[in-house]
Amino acid sequence: MRAKTAFLLAALIGVHLILLFGGFFAPYDPTSQNRELPYAPPTRLHFRDGAGLHLRPFVYNWTTSVESDAPDTYKEDLSHSYPVRFFVTGASYKLLGVYESHLHLFGIRESGRIFLFGTDGYGRDEFSRVLFGGQISVAAGLTATFIALLAGSLLGIIAGYYGGLVDESLMAVTELFLSLPWLYFLLGVRAFLPLHLSTLRTFFLLAGVIGLIGWARPARLVRGIVLSSRNRNYVLAARGFGASDLYILRRHILPATFSVLLTQASLLVPRYIAAEVTLSFFGLGVNEPVPSWGNMLTTLQQYSVLTSYAWLLAPAAALVVTSVLYSALADVFHSQLESLTT
Amino acid sequence: MSYLLRRLVRAILLLLGVSALCFVFTEMAPGSFFDEMRLNPQISPETIAGLRAQYGLDQPLAVRYGRWMKSALHADLGYSIAYNAPVAPLLLSRAKNTLLLSGTALLLTWIISLPLGVWTASRRGGLLDKTVTLLTSFLVSVPELVIAVALLAVAVRSHLLRVGGMTSSDVESLSAFQRAQDIALHLALPVFILVLCETAVIVRHVRASVLEVLGTPFVQAARRYGVSRTRLLFRHVLPVAASPAISLLGFSLAGLLSGSLMVEVVCGWPGMGPLILEATLSRDLYLVVGGIMLSALFMIGGNLIADIMLFTVDPRIRKAAADAS
Repeated sequence: MRAKTAFLLAALIGVHLILLFGGFFAPYDPTSQNRELPYAPPTRLHFRDGAGLHLRPFVYNWTTSVESDAPDTYKEDLSHSYPVRFFVTGASYKLLGVYESHLHLFGIRESGRIFLFGTDGYGRDEFSRVLFGGQISVAAGLTATFIALLAGSLLGIIAGYYGGLVDESLMAVTELFLSLPWLYFLLGVRAFLPLHLSTLRTFFLLAGVIGLIGWARPARLVRGIVLSSRNRNYVLAARGFGASDLYILRRHILPATFSVLLTQASLLVPRYIAAEVTLSFFGLGVNEPVPSWGNMLTTLQQYSVLTSYAWLLAPAAALVVTSVLYSALADVFHSQLESLTT
Repeated sequence: MSYLLRRLVRAILLLLGVSALCFVFTEMAPGSFFDEMRLNPQISPETIAGLRAQYGLDQPLAVRYGRWMKSALHADLGYSIAYNAPVAPLLLSRAKNTLLLSGTALLLTWIISLPLGVWTASRRGGLLDKTVTLLTSFLVSVPELVIAVALLAVAVRSHLLRVGGMTSSDVESLSAFQRAQDIALHLALPVFILVLCETAVIVRHVRASVLEVLGTPFVQAARRYGVSRTRLLFRHVLPVAASPAISLLGFSLAGLLSGSLMVEVVCGWPGMGPLILEATLSRDLYLVVGGIMLSALFMIGGNLIADIMLFTVDPRIRKAAADAS
């Protein structure tokens, strides 16, 4: 069990680090277009040519055959080979959103193009877009979770600790929020807000709306814990010694909620990432040309794209990996929590 | 009886709360349906102001809410600006399609998951149990959107199922039987997606609740007394495990209108989902509010039905209700 937890945590940290330093791992700018290379398939890595085996992989450029413009006729241009080089300088990006940098993990000579996951309809590198899009989708999920848990635990503590009328009215409001059809409501709330905004504002709007709709369940859970620990002997003893409300909350009651909040977080993050992806997929979230996993999947609504260019499912695959890791972690946390309470 | 009455009053209060919440949000809306008209030089500001007055959008929040409540009592739910028609008939024609889709999916889901959940719990650790557990835990952690898009890709490529819309373009020329067949073929893909996602969730819950009962002292005592496996399962375990399953069924019923939104949009099923999405994009506020209200009605109604069923089936709840009052 411990090994499994460690593996899951390591994998998740890995995913987040790769996304955090997405600009470094991505060879290109996510918005730079290659209009002559729409829907190019993933570049093949080669190790063997006429001269024998090479340790350093190399790639060929895609060319369209002369007789036809159909996009599925890409062939490798064998006249020039481009060895893959590491730690190269290329398109500039902001590392961690602050530091200007040109360093990329890998790349090839300027006249060549390396597309590990192929390109989309504008000839943009899908691999770079998955990394940059993941930054937005995952960060939205994390921010929304933070908001939901913060609001939820704050109101849950207030309800549980003070009880009485405060408790009853707050719980009535949570019941209201829990009985909302949440995707419809999310659409509705989105309908009441301006459609076209700057990326940053859209991002916080999305995360805020998703988080604020989701506060009710954590609030109920936290309230339950506060209620049950309020009358524990150690709390009563502390009160007998003259401890203030704030001290009791901080020292005795808040620590009891942590394990539940952690489990909730691992449950909510994948759900909220999926919520951002769904909204952006519907065209209500982050707008082009800025990538997010959701708006990258939007082109798949055309059946011709969906069936011909399988590599455009890459953001979906990235989403699946992230969700499965988080859910597995949530399972582990959950079973640990149950073995603690019984 | 007073318990059920209290539940009913609570449900109505919740509906009122949802509607009030919706209107508070409309008040916060900075944009409006007429934004695009405003950009058009051929339409004078007076015309737009007239239109706003005609739809009552120039009134303060309380007045609009009051008017809307009145129209809701007449079963109109306000007026759609984009369709220039009352909201309720618009919604109802689409809600029928949604219910056809989600009702079929609900039926199939429960027919599959109940026996599967009970079976895997009673043969815990067996091959079937392990396979089902692995499969369902994967399915519940994959976002529904991904499942929908992936299955859509398979369906489009294999030409096995009809995709897009509810009927083929030549539907007018078909006989009644062929028409039903055509709709069924279009229905298959979205139903399959919904069943796959829902079954994974419900099998896990049913299995867990049966397992919980199997572990209780009274079941273990009965087993030691030599009560046969089948008798134990059907006579003693299932009646106790029924209560959580009934709450779960309530959840399923509650999601009848709102649970299939994403699948409808991806598969192009002409249900309420695409209608509300369009309304959101064109800021047709009353249509959006109507959609939320109708699906909230189902949400609250589904939970109310579950409460009533639990009350009639579970003596523990009857006792608790009697003690409380």
